[in-house]
Amino acid sequence: MGNPCAIVGIGQTERYKAKIKKSMAGLVREAAQNALTDAGLTWADIDAVVIGKAPDFFEGVVMPELYLADALGCVGKPMLRVHTAGSVGGSTAIVAASYIQSGVFKRVLTLAYEKQSESNAMWALSSQQPFSPHLNAGAGGFFAPIIREYMRRSKAPLDIGCKVALKDRKHALKNPHAHMHEPAENLDLQKYMDAMMLWEPLRFSEVCPSSDGACAMILCNEELAKKSPNKPAWIHGTAMRSEPTMYPWREEVNPQASIDCAKDVYSQAGITNPRKELDMAEVYVPFSWYEPMWLESLGFADVGEGWKLTESGATSLDQGGDIPWNCSGGVLSTNPIGASGMIRFAEAALQVRGMAGDRQVPGAKKALGHAYGGGAQFFSMWVVGSDKP
Amino acid sequence: MREVAIIAYHQTPMVRDAGAKNDVELVMEAVHGAKAQVGFKNTDIDFTCSGSCDYLGGAAFAFVGALDALGAVPPISESHVEMDAAWALYEAWLKIQTGHFDTALIYGFGKSSHGPMHEVLALQLDPYYTQPLWPDQISMAGLQARAMMDAGKLTEKQMAEVVVKSRKNAKANPNAQLKGDYTVEQLLAEPTLSSPLRKHDCPPITDGASALIIATREVAEKVLAGTGKRPVYITGIDHRIESHQLGTRDLTSSMSTRIAGEQAGVKKGKVDIAELHAPFSHQEILLKEALGLDDSTVINPSGGPLAGNIFMSAGLDRIGAVATRIMNGEANRGVAHATSGACLQQNLVAVLEGK
Amino acid sequence: MSDQKPVEIIDSPVYMNYSFAAGRATSNFLRSIKEGKLVGQRSSITGKVIVPPRGSDAETGTPTFEEVELPDTATVIMFTVVYIPIPNSKVQPPFIVANLVLDNSDQTFIHLVSGCKNEDVKIGTRVKAVWRDKSEWGYSFNNIEYFQPIAGEAPVDIDALRAKRLKEVEAFKHA
Repeated sequence: MGNPCAIVGIGQTERYKAKIKKSMAGLVREAAQNALTDAGLTWADIDAVVIGKAPDFFEGVVMPELYLADALGCVGKPMLRVHTAGSVGGSTAIVAASYIQSGVFKRVLTLAYEKQSESNAMWALSSQQPFSPHLNAGAGGFFAPIIREYMRRSKAPLDIGCKVALKDRKHALKNPHAHMHEPAENLDLQKYMDAMMLWEPLRFSEVCPSSDGACAMILCNEELAKKSPNKPAWIHGTAMRSEPTMYPWREEVNPQASIDCAKDVYSQAGITNPRKELDMAEVYVPFSWYEPMWLESLGFADVGEGWKLTESGATSLDQGGDIPWNCSGGVLSTNPIGASGMIRFAEAALQVRGMAGDRQVPGAKKALGHAYGGGAQFFSMWVVGSDKP
Repeated sequence: MREVAIIAYHQTPMVRDAGAKNDVELVMEAVHGAKAQVGFKNTDIDFTCSGSCDYLGGAAFAFVGALDALGAVPPISESHVEMDAAWALYEAWLKIQTGHFDTALIYGFGKSSHGPMHEVLALQLDPYYTQPLWPDQISMAGLQARAMMDAGKLTEKQMAEVVVKSRKNAKANPNAQLKGDYTVEQLLAEPTLSSPLRKHDCPPITDGASALIIATREVAEKVLAGTGKRPVYITGIDHRIESHQLGTRDLTSSMSTRIAGEQAGVKKGKVDIAELHAPFSHQEILLKEALGLDDSTVINPSGGPLAGNIFMSAGLDRIGAVATRIMNGEANRGVAHATSGACLQQNLVAVLEGK
Repeated sequence: MSDQKPVEIIDSPVYMNYSFAAGRATSNFLRSIKEGKLVGQRSSITGKVIVPPRGSDAETGTPTFEEVELPDTATVIMFTVVYIPIPNSKVQPPFIVANLVLDNSDQTFIHLVSGCKNEDVKIGTRVKAVWRDKSEWGYSFNNIEYFQPIAGEAPVDIDALRAKRLKEVEAFKHA
């Protein structure tokens, strides 16, 4: 699709936390500077900036790209701010990719962040709307019923959710950036199964934390990729799909937008069997049960069989699974909402560059980055590879 | 570069208060209107992008509700910027340049009547040093106008002349909110609001929505054949941002507009008309200079934002207003400008031509 | 200066007042619920009934106009048991939040299911609205305090319900 686009720099917040004592400008600059350092570049080498984040209510700053222009070295350059709810980290990367793929720009900085500690994320997500019943259900209250329906259809054993959460938290121990580094004695299945119930079947142990953080990438064209000091990752496909939050008899467990988005990105990347042809995937799983659900929706397993893949250890790096998911620890271990999508995309790129440190899947050459948002209605995905397509 | 043209544009009437109509109902009007102009079904649109601001309506995810106006079943390829829809147009234009899409629908909307506009805009400012002082948008603009006067670049009479012209031009615009015949003397007799600005120097509060469709040359020529309307080609488009800190900028000129105008190729031909997104009267004078326009260019024939300002779509409306006049043959080449942020911090310039 | 701690946090409270437009379609719904009636709107293109109506049939992106009065009985399509309290509410956790579809309509809405043992609620359970006292009625879905399982009615097969409704609405299509 258009001109080839490479990822030559990746930078993240050193350590994601519930509350980072930096200004928003400091937060984004840290991630951006880390990406520039990785790419061996300076601020002057960037032609344009594309930033993304979730609702402005999370920080109380309207259209923060205006305030951040200076911190991101963007004075005199083009600035764009994407907002597609929870999938925004992914969409932002895709928009940034189009800057290069269109041939209009040579090298751009893209970044996504969230500083949820500034405001109150739960309030922002469930602020009482006039005329509607006040349920304070939040995101968990929205997704838990969908998960129950998946469990009913698939007849999955009840401990699958906790097994996913445990796996991702163990993966997180190998990721120095991850928010949750659980002490060894907590990483116990029974402890996870006994944790406080929040929205049945979701327990406290299997939902994402609330994090502050930023993630940045430098994208460039083929010519400039040759000058990169570290190995580039190459984009093999990008896709986005949206559907309404509600419509009559909407299928919510396996949304059509997810299925269509995956088909589109696989078709661009020439993938017919994702489980066999991908070496790993970074998938947006904020509530544990979404791993088996997305395994099915994204074509890694047949409908009704996703939980078997999880149970067999196929998605675990530690257990030597053949299709590790979320080696970074995933959203379950780190969730600055607006950044989480870009972290998935960036971690996938890190893997195929061979730069994922202790969480590296040996020999990874092709990976999927995935993000979703809203009422499981916005999807953005990319496939990246070690080789130019 | 693929040749991309505007083939349709529809705007709802700009009103002080759209009453019980919610965002979805306004967006449906705009989007259906644009699609109807070219007989497009939902499946004729390859990519959709919108611009809006959550804080306008007081609820996170305002743009999600607007999705209900599009008929996104089966699912669509869609994106959104939390910016004026002119930047949504930019994202869509880039998407078509990648070669992966051939047509795109862009829309912007906002009901400024619902919330405390000026307080909302104060939240755009540096959250640590500036916002806690709650400077409102009008006072910030007043600072800029005062700076221009002190530099000898502006008189009160010039400001009033901009307003007189805007309201007069708006008489020919059925969608305009503020229109009529006024004199400079009449306007200067009004009290100042935030000196040197008077109420009429400031943008009105407006509810509304607009939609625009772009397509490649092949599609545009096919769709508009025999309609008497011609495709309006975007021959140049660029945008730039300046420093956020007012004290580090020269408020009497617009560096970002100048650069964007140069990159977009404003000077490559005669500029018949220009629609400038100047929410304040003094800014029209500033922007005219930044773009290097002279008196041979008709400025804001629609009446401009002083005649109606759909916040989050006013920039797209400038592009639509130029496109409409080129499409029906009133002009051949025009410039459209969009702005974001206090005192023209960020600016987009598009050059449009009928061929 | 050396004994002064760096400023790390500032408090910057924001208070904003908004008015909210329900929209033409939702306004009609709210006027009816104030009188104790549930009125949905039918899409002229798909024939499906949406309640509460929001102005558009999201499937097609077209406005809905035809009003359809609906009974206050419904079916549980999905649900969860919530353990987190609602501020300023009598409802004590654990309580059930469910996606319900009113009889003769096609789009789910979220509300409470109560007046029963939580374990007795299943997917497909039949429920009926329990209204607040008439004196408390306003322009709000809160006029219904919760939905209660109907004694004696067995849970229905929701896939069969869906298939039945899709067939029924065929007669109302004007595509």
